[in-house]
Amino acid sequence: MRAGIVVFPGSNCDHDCARAAASAGLDPTFLWHKDRDLKGVDLLVLPGGFSFGDYLRCGAIARFSPVMEEVAAFARRGGPVLGICNGFQVLTEAGILPGALVRNVGLHFICEWVHLRAARTRSPWLATLGEGRVVRMPIAHAEGRYHADPAVLDRLEGEGRVAFRYCGPDGRTGRDTNPNGSARAIAGILSENGRILGMMPHPDRCFDPALTGPGHPETDGRTLFEAALGMVA
Amino acid sequence: MKARVYVTLKEGVLDPQGRAVLHALHQLGFSGVGDVRIGKFVEVEVRDGPREEVEAAVLRMARELLSNTVIEDFRVELGEGR
Repeated sequence: MRAGIVVFPGSNCDHDCARAAASAGLDPTFLWHKDRDLKGVDLLVLPGGFSFGDYLRCGAIARFSPVMEEVAAFARRGGPVLGICNGFQVLTEAGILPGALVRNVGLHFICEWVHLRAARTRSPWLATLGEGRVVRMPIAHAEGRYHADPAVLDRLEGEGRVAFRYCGPDGRTGRDTNPNGSARAIAGILSENGRILGMMPHPDRCFDPALTGPGHPETDGRTLFEAALGMVA
Repeated sequence: MKARVYVTLKEGVLDPQGRAVLHALHQLGFSGVGDVRIGKFVEVEVRDGPREEVEAAVLRMARELLSNTVIEDFRVELGEGR
């Protein structure tokens, strides 16, 4: 099962994503942003970083890379796509996922571990996470505050498309557990068919106990990549 | 011909950058400042042509790239002077 990792100028989590994919049993391959050939991959990952220096808006320029036409076509065919951090920003700028990611409420670049509550959803991305499970993953962003019109937010919630919400260790959401001020504490969302997942937290930074630190053996990130394996099997 | 595109955050979208500048202006002694909103100004040099065509082109640039209409509004000005 081949996982295509899309590399834009300024992507910097591409190798993390490749390692995470490999740890879950996927065969990762890199796709340069100028490629028009997806090399027959079964899954696409848009990694984090600062594509095109975050010029104009995060993800705004990457959207025009030649590979994005292929990414959009792959997504339309129902291919599984995972956009992490800057990859999520690229997916929203491209209109593949709704909403936008704007400056954190406190202005700071936030680099810390957060708790997330997985959604009640039929999406295969969350199949192995279980409904309502609380996971722990790192975030690292300055523009991660999810924004969308109230009607869009209602629709996302109504259709079970809020994949992850920022929460406390007990799964409770609130202002004090919402690090960037995201609307309705949204950390990640799904496409209508549940096969495209965009999220600000980094599953690619918590797939091995060596990365999660002492006292935190969880490797919740790997669970997501393993879910990908199930989607393309 | 020069075109000027002003991109601003939509009303209702919180602008933490503007808020930080507001606090700094208060520090500077401008206690009368009530609010600050920060936007972008883009100057585009376009080949001369019929005004309507140039305007239509710049509007499309603003809509499809220079702004993100989920969070931003824009305004376009054409011609000389500023």
